[in-house]
Amino acid sequence: MLPTDFAALEPYGDWILENERDRYAKRLASSMEEMQAFYDAAFPLLEKAAAHLDEFVLHELPEAERNLLLLMFSLVNVSFPVEVWKQPRVPDSGAAYLDLVVEPRV
Amino acid sequence: MPHFAKPAAGSWTEQYPELGTGPVNYEDSIDPAYYEAEREAIFKRTWLNVGRVELLPKTGSYFTKELAVADTSLILVRGRDQQIRAFHNVCRHRGNKLVWNDYPGEEVKGTCRQFTCKYHAWRYDLAGDLTFVQQEEEFFGLDKGEYGLKSVRCEIWEGFVFVNLDPDAQPLAEYLGEMAKGLEGYPFHEMTEVFTYKAEVGSNWKLFIDAFAEFYHAPVLHLKQAVKGEADKLFTIGFEALHYELHSPHSMISSWGGMSPPKDLNMVKPVERVLRSGLFGPWDRPDIAGLDTLPAGLNPARHRAWGSDSFEFFPNMTLLVWAPGWYLTYHYWPTAVDKHVFEANLYFAPARTARERLAQELAAVTFKEYALQDGNTLEATQTMLRSRAVMDFPLNDQEILLRHLHKVVGDYVKEHADAAD
Repeated sequence: MLPTDFAALEPYGDWILENERDRYAKRLASSMEEMQAFYDAAFPLLEKAAAHLDEFVLHELPEAERNLLLLMFSLVNVSFPVEVWKQPRVPDSGAAYLDLVVEPRV
Repeated sequence: MPHFAKPAAGSWTEQYPELGTGPVNYEDSIDPAYYEAEREAIFKRTWLNVGRVELLPKTGSYFTKELAVADTSLILVRGRDQQIRAFHNVCRHRGNKLVWNDYPGEEVKGTCRQFTCKYHAWRYDLAGDLTFVQQEEEFFGLDKGEYGLKSVRCEIWEGFVFVNLDPDAQPLAEYLGEMAKGLEGYPFHEMTEVFTYKAEVGSNWKLFIDAFAEFYHAPVLHLKQAVKGEADKLFTIGFEALHYELHSPHSMISSWGGMSPPKDLNMVKPVERVLRSGLFGPWDRPDIAGLDTLPAGLNPARHRAWGSDSFEFFPNMTLLVWAPGWYLTYHYWPTAVDKHVFEANLYFAPARTARERLAQELAAVTFKEYALQDGNTLEATQTMLRSRAVMDFPLNDQEILLRHLHKVVGDYVKEHADAAD
């Protein structure tokens, strides 16, 4: 599912999601323990992942590399709960929502 | 103690004596009758930006725009002659909505050779001419030439597509005036990678403009988004703009941008350090032409700490240009006195590498975290304004654009009412 060097992230494969709506929904449905575990495994590999992915043409990524990029998008999405909020939701955001209806293709 | 110089008048606000410095009344955001007046006086008479030319890349590309505030829906389409036109989205036969999919209220986009009404199959070409009438011989001397789609004024400035429901309105460039002229030449057309956000917000449309037209709230409402030490410092310093400028009915605020990149990496969150990006955008400028020499309207104070300029194009478009080379737009589409659809678009130069794409992703995710806090606060504001317990509010010198917005809205409404008398 992922490039060989990133096999340590295989247990977090359910964070490989096609769009932001799904990533954000999974974030809201996850506990802080689950997100912290994903973050602790993925964050130390973020720089290495960026360097690895940059060896390919962005819009022609092999499937494993594309999965890795999507997984790193999820890492970016959970970085706020883990690094700042200490909760899945944005504090003081109540019932407010903001849907990402168009996002660049990868 | 001020960090940045103010005008000789003593304050930004006092440079424009017509604004006054007294408290501002917010009845204009809760009174249903006033909202009705705004629809007639403003939204049916001013130039409204409905998107960019990139949304209509080729012959037959179209999209629809719901304008609840003006009780209509529009079709924007690129014709065979490559011209972009706007039409009311209504079939000339019996008034059915012409272009829609399953749900008539939802905006749609696509490419077509002609528009065919779902009801009785009347057809219109891309220039809006009626080309086919089902069982034409059953009608009574029908002249197809007289039943083309009802057109709407449509003009383009720097790739931004504007419409105006008033056939007698002044030309777009004249309406946008000096403020827009100062932005001409910025490489908007190079920034074609788009993130589009939408939400319905339970507040008057002007309240969201208020929220984005001042940054006085940023070190408070968004306090927890910075790392602890930095947040404390920002809270103590507060916010001061580099420059404000009014070219009524439009206005702008120019701001510093200490976070892109930060002086000290400890000021920002770990993920920002790795991806070199954050709220102010990717720290590394994209490799496109037009960023080395900025047009005169950007960074008008010529300040070395410049970070962003935010332009309020009246009535409902915010255009925010960030120093690192990207921009965003906000649109506030009223649907009721206490409700509007908020739309935000983030525009980047296309990422060439995964690293660049990740930096954009972080900027986009960060934008959403901030905007959620802003949107929710507005609903709290709207409910309390409705109580009418307090109606007059003191606005400070960093809130000059708000004072100006509410005054301009008031002027348009009054002028329109006076003309009707």
